[in-house]
Amino acid sequence: MSPADLQPAQFAGYPPKARQLAIEHLDLLRRLPLSFVPLLLREVIAYDWKFPAERRELETQFLYLSELDTGQFQQVLKPFAKLQLSAELERANWVNEPTQFTEQLTAHLWTTRQIDQFRAAAVDYIHHLNVAKPQPSPPVPRLGIVLIGQGVSENTYRLFRKLRPHGVYFSKVNPADGRKMLMDGLVARATAHPMPFAHWYVDGGESMSCEGLSCISYQALDSLRAQIVTNITKVMESGVGPEALRTKLARMTPEDFGMKNTGGDAVLNRFQLSVLTEGSGTQIYSTTFVQWAARELLRRAQPLTLLARFAPRLREQSIKDLLAQERQRPLLDPQGSLRDADMGAYYTWLNQQRLSGADQSRFLVWFEDHSEAVAIAPSMKAGSESSEAIGLKELVSRIA
Amino acid sequence: MGRREFLRLATGATAAKTLFCFAPLPALAASRGKKVVVVTFGGGARDEETLMPDGQENIPHLLNELMPRATFFAQVINKGILGHYVANASIATGVYETFNNFASVPPDYPTVFEYFRKDLKRPASDAWVVAPSNGFNLIGQSKSRSYGPGFGAGVILPKRLLAAALNATGLSKMEHLLHDNYETPMYTPELAGNDVELHRMAETLKLSVDNFTAHARNLESPDELSVYIARQLMRQVAPSILWITLHDIDIAHSGTFSLYVDAIQRSDRLCAEIWNAIQTDPEYAGKTTLVILPDFGRDSDTDPGGNGFQHHRTGDPLSRTTWMMVLGPGIRENVVIERPVEPTDLVPTLGALLGFSTQQAQGKPLTEIV
Repeated sequence: MSPADLQPAQFAGYPPKARQLAIEHLDLLRRLPLSFVPLLLREVIAYDWKFPAERRELETQFLYLSELDTGQFQQVLKPFAKLQLSAELERANWVNEPTQFTEQLTAHLWTTRQIDQFRAAAVDYIHHLNVAKPQPSPPVPRLGIVLIGQGVSENTYRLFRKLRPHGVYFSKVNPADGRKMLMDGLVARATAHPMPFAHWYVDGGESMSCEGLSCISYQALDSLRAQIVTNITKVMESGVGPEALRTKLARMTPEDFGMKNTGGDAVLNRFQLSVLTEGSGTQIYSTTFVQWAARELLRRAQPLTLLARFAPRLREQSIKDLLAQERQRPLLDPQGSLRDADMGAYYTWLNQQRLSGADQSRFLVWFEDHSEAVAIAPSMKAGSESSEAIGLKELVSRIA
Repeated sequence: MGRREFLRLATGATAAKTLFCFAPLPALAASRGKKVVVVTFGGGARDEETLMPDGQENIPHLLNELMPRATFFAQVINKGILGHYVANASIATGVYETFNNFASVPPDYPTVFEYFRKDLKRPASDAWVVAPSNGFNLIGQSKSRSYGPGFGAGVILPKRLLAAALNATGLSKMEHLLHDNYETPMYTPELAGNDVELHRMAETLKLSVDNFTAHARNLESPDELSVYIARQLMRQVAPSILWITLHDIDIAHSGTFSLYVDAIQRSDRLCAEIWNAIQTDPEYAGKTTLVILPDFGRDSDTDPGGNGFQHHRTGDPLSRTTWMMVLGPGIRENVVIERPVEPTDLVPTLGALLGFSTQQAQGKPLTEIV
C-alpha cells in the first residue's frame, strides 16, 4: 500500500491519543515516502505512553513538516524517496506494525547496500529539523549525577579517563554522607522545579527512598526480569532466530506481565518494560541496565535532573567455572562493574550533552564512598585537577 | 592525534607511500609448501580500545611483538553488511555477501577454501575453519555450482564440540550456558549442517573426549578453546589453510565494557600464541603467512544512533573501518600501509600468495604483499 492511500479507518487499532494524532495529520502522512512514514508512525502508535518531552518532539516534527512549502518538502524528503524498497515491504502491514516494518526495512537497506544513503538522509533530516525548530531550553540547567564503584574497596584502574578532559578531577572528596547529600539535593531540585518525569533516580541495586522523584531500580524489577527471561527462553526453544526474538520482545506489553497499561502508571510501566525488552544485556547485567536506562531517559524523557547509581553486576562465568559446577549462587564482580560504570558514566554525560542547554548543563561523577570525582560545568575548568579537600554538598553547590 | 599519525609514531614504521613504487614480490614461483593462517575477530574491536593511546595497554602483544614484524594495513574499510557471519563469509569469498546474517545458509560465492582445493587439487584435510558459533557451520563451502560440494573446508565449532562432549560426560545441563551468539542474550539455536561430529573430532585431532573436556576445565573462554583446537589441527593435520575466527570480543553486545576489554586482551594474547605456535611447529615455521583482521569495527561513542562500543548497527565510519596485520616470510616488516583497502581484498591476495585463481572474488590482490 502506498502512503497516498491512507484512510482514517486504518488507524482504528491505535490507542486513542495516537489515533487522534494520526488522523489530524492524515494529509501530511499521505504525502510522505514509504521509507519514511512507518518510522514516524512507529512513534505515533506509542504516543499515549510517551513522556511529555517526547510528545512535544513528535508534535514539533509534524509542525515542521506541515510548514514546509512544496519545494522544501520535496527537498527534505527526496533522499528518503530515492531509496528503492522491495515489493514485500510495500505489501507489509506498516500502518499497524510499524516497528516490525522498521526491522524489515533495516535488513533490506543493509542487504541492498542502501544503509549509508539512509543514514545520510536521516542525519540531514534531523539537522534541518533542529535548525528550523530548535529544542526549547530547559528552565534550569540540567544536572546529571552518576555514582560508580559500589562495593569496591581498593582500585588500581585509572578512573574517569574519558571525562577528565571535560571538567575538574577532584582527588580529595570527603565521602561522608555522600549518597544522602546527593539524594537530598535531587529531591530539593524536584521540589523547586516540579514537572512530570523531569527528575529521575536510577539504581542498579536496591533503590533508596525516591519520594517525589521518578525512579526505577534493577532490584525492584527482579520479578519482571525473571518473567522476561522465561519468555526469551521459551521463544528460543521454539527455534526462532534473534530477529524473530527481537520482534516478539518488542510486542510485549505491560499487560502481558500483569502491569497497568492505562492511567498514571502506564508511562512508567511501559518505559520499564522497554528497558528490559529493547536493551541488550539489561536483563542480565545491572551495569548495562543502569547505563541503558539512563541513555533512554535522557533521549526520551529529557530530564532536568538524573541520578544514576551503578551497583555490582553478576560475574561472567568462564568455561572453567561452568565445568567445575562449584558455584551454588551467583557471584558478583565489583571490580569489573566499576570499569563498566566508568564507561557508563561517560556515555551518560555524552547523552546529556545531546540535549538542549548542553553548554549550561552540569555533571558530577563520584567513586562512591571514595575520594575521587569529576565535576563538569561552565564554572569548572576543563582538563584541570584539584587536590582541595571538599565535601559532596559543597561540590554540588559549586557546579549548580 | 589522528589514526595515521598515531600508528606511525607508535610503531616507528616506514612511511608506506614509498612502497607504492615497489614491484610485487616473486611469490608465485615459490608457492609450493606455503601455508596461511587467517585469524579474524568475529566481534569488532574499535581503535579506542586497541590502537589509540588509551587502548594500547590492551594489545601489548600485537603492538610490541607482532607489529614490528608485520605489514600493517591501517584502513580496512568494510563496505558490506556488518553482521559477523555474513562479514566473515564475505572475507572468505572476496565478495560482499548479502544473505541474512542469522540464517543457516552457505555463502553464495566460492570460498577461498574451494578455490584453493579445486585449483591446486588439494585434499579435504588441507583446509580447515575453526569458528565460534553455530551460525558459522556452513562457512566452509559455498552454494556455487562450479565449486561447492567436495571442495570446501572442514569446519569445527569448538563450543558445539564441548557441548557434545558435555553430553557424553553427563554434564549436559551446562550446554545452554555456552553463549552461541552474543547478539541476543542466551540465544542458542539447534545446529544444522555438516559439522564435524564428536567421534570425527577424536579421529581427526587424535583427541579423546575425556582429554578434550579435561583440557577445557582449565580454560577461561570459548576463544581459548578455539585456539586449543586450532593448535591440535596444526599438530595432527597441518592444513595449508587454517582459518580461525575469534568471537569473545562480541560479548560487547551485553553492554559490559570490562568484559569487552578483557576479551580484546585475551585475543591479543591468543594471536601471539598462534604466531609462536607457527614459529615452533616444523610444519609451519618459515613457510607460513599469518593474517590477523577484525571483521569490522563497532559504533563510535559520538554517533547518536548507536550506544558506543556495544553494537555495530549504525554503519558509521568507525564501525566500518578496521585494520589488518600480515606477517611471515617475504612480508615486509614494520611497514604501515595508509591507503584504504577492503577485507574482500584478502582472498585474491591469498590466491596470489599460494598460487590459485580466485576468479569470482571482487577484491584486488594487495600489491604490498604479493
